[in-house]
Amino acid sequence: MEFTQTVSKKPFELGLSLLILILLATLPLYASEYVVVLLTGIFMYIIITLSWTMFSGPTGYISLAPAAFFGIGVYTSALLGLVLPLPAVIVIGGLAGFCLALLVGALTLRLRGIYFVMFTFGLVELLLHFILWWEVNITGTTGRVVPSVPNRMVYYILLGIFVVLMFTTYLIRNSKFGIALQSIGEFEEAAAHRGINVNALKTIVFAVSALFMAAAGAIMATRWTYIDPKIAFNPLISFMPVLMAIFGGIRYLYGPIIGAAFFAYVEEFLITRFPYHYMLIFGIIMVVAILYMPDGLVGLIQKLWKRTSGETDAVT
Amino acid sequence: MRLLEGEGVTKYFGGLAAVFEVDFHVDQGEVFGLIGPNGAGKTTLFNLISAALKPRSGIIKFKDKIITGLKPHQICRLGVARTFQTVKIFANMSVLDNVILGSLFGAATHISSADAKRQATALLEFVGLTVLKSALAKDLTLANQKRLEVAGALATQPELLLLDEIMAGLNPTEVIQAMELVARIKDKGITVIMIEHVMKAIMNVCDRIMVLHHGSKIAEGTPQQIANSQKVIEVYLGERAHAGS
Repeated sequence: MEFTQTVSKKPFELGLSLLILILLATLPLYASEYVVVLLTGIFMYIIITLSWTMFSGPTGYISLAPAAFFGIGVYTSALLGLVLPLPAVIVIGGLAGFCLALLVGALTLRLRGIYFVMFTFGLVELLLHFILWWEVNITGTTGRVVPSVPNRMVYYILLGIFVVLMFTTYLIRNSKFGIALQSIGEFEEAAAHRGINVNALKTIVFAVSALFMAAAGAIMATRWTYIDPKIAFNPLISFMPVLMAIFGGIRYLYGPIIGAAFFAYVEEFLITRFPYHYMLIFGIIMVVAILYMPDGLVGLIQKLWKRTSGETDAVT
Repeated sequence: MRLLEGEGVTKYFGGLAAVFEVDFHVDQGEVFGLIGPNGAGKTTLFNLISAALKPRSGIIKFKDKIITGLKPHQICRLGVARTFQTVKIFANMSVLDNVILGSLFGAATHISSADAKRQATALLEFVGLTVLKSALAKDLTLANQKRLEVAGALATQPELLLLDEIMAGLNPTEVIQAMELVARIKDKGITVIMIEHVMKAIMNVCDRIMVLHHGSKIAEGTPQQIANSQKVIEVYLGERAHAGS
């Protein structure tokens, strides 16, 4: 996490990232439809988790608003999907999430701790019930049809969003705003007295993270073809990124990605193999993870790596 | 030249006047001491100057410009840096990053990250923390954490530095080192306001001293004048002497 030590590993990381990217980009050419659909679901979780971590990871503001931003994206798709081309729908969906987060962030990022958590979760419920009310009383509908898109198209669009998100996350982490966000998480008051405009920075990064969640919602809506407010604003979308990020290792760049990929795959695996016990097994994995891997999967791997290579923590 | 000036500065907490109608001024280049019994309003005055709190009435001017109503980060960028009574450092960040942060965000002008690193390294040398630069801030001793906080504040390139009890909790050797540090900060041309309970330090380091009691100013002058002031001896030094006996 050290701002001053980010240069040395760059070429290796960049090469590896490119290799993985090429693999992922060519995958639909030879993989089965099932794998593509499975990866689509995994990518959705990765995008939500990674963008959640972009803001909540360093600042420690635990946001339960992802479902709100995701849902805004879903509804954008439902409203504009028949009128506008798909790329435009996704961009507008993302911008809608961005604007909503900007507004909400400016109003509520003064709240701290549990108040912020509760407010962000309240936002999901508020939007759900507002749209439900609107649909019933004003437009007289309960659900909407979203034009469907080929599976491979959905996959490529999610891959595209992921690449842009990854790039944005990397840029933020390695810019001066990376340590500024971390300093806000460590001691917000002191950060303000070191010349950081904490409210502006928090609000903007919160909005940028919402942009990606909403864009993911806009494209995922096409997979469901029929949506209503309860599907669009599913509270699980708010909780999953928190669990996945903690599981993978919230402090590391790759932590949320690995956490989300692992979780999404395990979910799929358990649902098909143990349909009746899957939530129980899921819960046990989570409890073990929090008890024994406070730094997540990536933290555990790094610790083992250090131990085998004989390195010790040189902290005085 | 007057660097900082306050006129009728007042702050209430509920019905209690924490700072009441205080007029003060700090000249460029001096070390200005702020003393008074616990609860006298010293830290509240710091909070008002650095915009952590807003005054109920009165104005504060920095370089003849009114700064009341600005935000903390704006005050910092204007050239007023502060430390806190209870150390407020970024515990899980490295010592070097703690200082770099101030260089990157606190100065009025833009700075490249290479320059910020160079500047931060020089400041760690200045406060004597060079060997600990890669350590995490939370692993430092209290004395070193206080030095780190000073270095972080200096990184914002202040013209005025507010030091809130940087000697509290230090052993006699560390107090002497801290006094030397304040003198060296003054030699850099930075004006200092310091709150301190260590009388020896205040009397030796300060050019002028202001005494607060129950939120009001009761005396102001050179260390000699303050030490001889009957009123000060009664409310502050006398009280301490009594408490110590």
